[in-house]
Amino acid sequence: MTELLSLDFMRQALLAAVLVGIAAPLVGVFLVQRRLSLIGDGMGHVALAGVAVGVLTGHAPVLTALLAAVAAAVAIELIRGRGRTSGDVALAVMFYGGIAAGVVIIAKSPSSSPANLTAYLFGAITTADQRDLWVFAGLAVVVLLTTWVLRPWLFAVANDEEYARAGGLPVTGLNIALAVLTAVTVVVSMRVVGLLLISALMIIPNATAQLLGRSFRASVRWAVLVGVVSSVGGVVASFYAETPSGGTIVLLAIALFVVAASASAAIAKARAHQHRRAERHDHEHGPDCGHAAIEHHDHVDYVHDGHRHAAHEGHYDEHDPARHEARKENAQP
Amino acid sequence: MTTASPAEPTAAPPILRLRQASFGYTDQPVVQGADLTVRAGEVVAVLGPNGSGKSTLVRGLMGLTTHLGGEVELFGVPRAEFHDFARLGYVPQRHTLSASVRATAAEIVAVGRLAHHHWWRPLLRSARDTEIVERALEVVGLSERAAADVSTLSGGQQRRVLIARALASDPDILVMDEPTAGIDAANQHVLAEVLSRLARRGTTMVIVTHELAALAGIVTRIVVIQSGHVAFDGTPDAFASRAGDFDAGAHDHHDDDDNRLTPTALAAAPAAGPLDPKGVRRS
Repeated sequence: MTELLSLDFMRQALLAAVLVGIAAPLVGVFLVQRRLSLIGDGMGHVALAGVAVGVLTGHAPVLTALLAAVAAAVAIELIRGRGRTSGDVALAVMFYGGIAAGVVIIAKSPSSSPANLTAYLFGAITTADQRDLWVFAGLAVVVLLTTWVLRPWLFAVANDEEYARAGGLPVTGLNIALAVLTAVTVVVSMRVVGLLLISALMIIPNATAQLLGRSFRASVRWAVLVGVVSSVGGVVASFYAETPSGGTIVLLAIALFVVAASASAAIAKARAHQHRRAERHDHEHGPDCGHAAIEHHDHVDYVHDGHRHAAHEGHYDEHDPARHEARKENAQP
Repeated sequence: MTTASPAEPTAAPPILRLRQASFGYTDQPVVQGADLTVRAGEVVAVLGPNGSGKSTLVRGLMGLTTHLGGEVELFGVPRAEFHDFARLGYVPQRHTLSASVRATAAEIVAVGRLAHHHWWRPLLRSARDTEIVERALEVVGLSERAAADVSTLSGGQQRRVLIARALASDPDILVMDEPTAGIDAANQHVLAEVLSRLARRGTTMVIVTHELAALAGIVTRIVVIQSGHVAFDGTPDAFASRAGDFDAGAHDHHDDDDNRLTPTALAAAPAAGPLDPKGVRRS
């Protein structure tokens, strides 16, 4: 590890990995919430056209990619906002047009090679030049701060757009803001994860977090943690294994998802033995429901026909104090 | 901004006032020439068959359908100039809450507090916000489920989460679109209790509904929308004596497009003909 940190470009790569690992899941959670998990992938396609134009004209590919992705982001929201069914097809035309144009333009540029294209598509952090890295770092910090400030509003709009509109929130503006944040994240991440894989780092850590968290807040924290572990772990692993960073990061994120899914399934199975649903009843317990209430740790049990009921999700559980506290499996019913 | 003073109810402008208001989509009006005034403390049930325009009317009040003509005033301010959104508590018609990401009941209800914050300023939730969210959950009887993921709650409980969210903005009026639709009888009973608790606290409410029976004793006024027009506006007693004249809308059928019914015309209207779907059912 010290060997790793003594290398200048690896220090930069790790910093980039940390920033991308935080930003991608943080923006991605709102895409998952709005059921737009694949939109980042489409923006990556369009960004490739921007990269190609940059390579061909000799401008900084980062800048042209950013312009292309942001323009795509605004166009996507405007097309979606019109709410026509043909919007779906319009997006497909834009996304595939982007990647096709990218491949064709890059092939025509004198200074490019297939390796060059692969670096943008699949990520090769160690080949990025220093000036680009600073631009990426600056943009990543802007994305992080903006997402953090807008977080409650993005949540409100993604959760219930109609209610947000009725409450006077600038819904269209917030949707465009989220699309632009997604576009910038795609571009920022292109050297670390690659344009074809960045969407994975936005979505998969959130899928893992949905298994681990019990609230939106908690699941966002889990997603960021999983994102950072995947991206930093992936960069380190790719250094030793001599593999491309993007693919390594995404495989690691998927491995974490599989571990979390298996563990949570096992835990759910184990808990099912201890968890007994109360008999179905339409009555809702409450302060003046007429049943004796007993404070019990962090919740209240209601005495119902001689046994105890406690609220759990949408129903009531049987709480047998003897079994609950002494954990005697064969306690008297 | 506040021109209404709770101390002088007589001097207060009505909470809602529609004069010859039309609402609809782009240039297709669904509701036309609606006159309606709602004052503080009233609980108004808006009835009407499916497709009659009752949802369009309340969604128009909330700025969700296009206001095509006439006057709409909220708290004495024309709709276009109205920005004090926290005073309006809206409960949209929804059958399920989004389950694509986890969110607790308390997190959904906290969205209602956003009306008191500005989006360009970082949000620091105060103890007051937290307290109001807790109280809103308590009013709808969901205190114990505040930390539960909303997607695990039953349909009726989710509906109450939406009511709590509207209450969290501390509104002067609650506008609800079909709060009791599509939930089982027992949950409907719990929901009716919540609404009657709100009515006892003097909450002004406009409730679009199919199920007047569930709201009996809570409603102080009934408005019937038929074919995009206000066909009746009066007390529950007056409505009961004329009950046969209206289709309260529990059944799905198409409307007669050009049937401009006024109360007088209705009272004198002959029995529906054999080809009229209403007539067939009523016989």
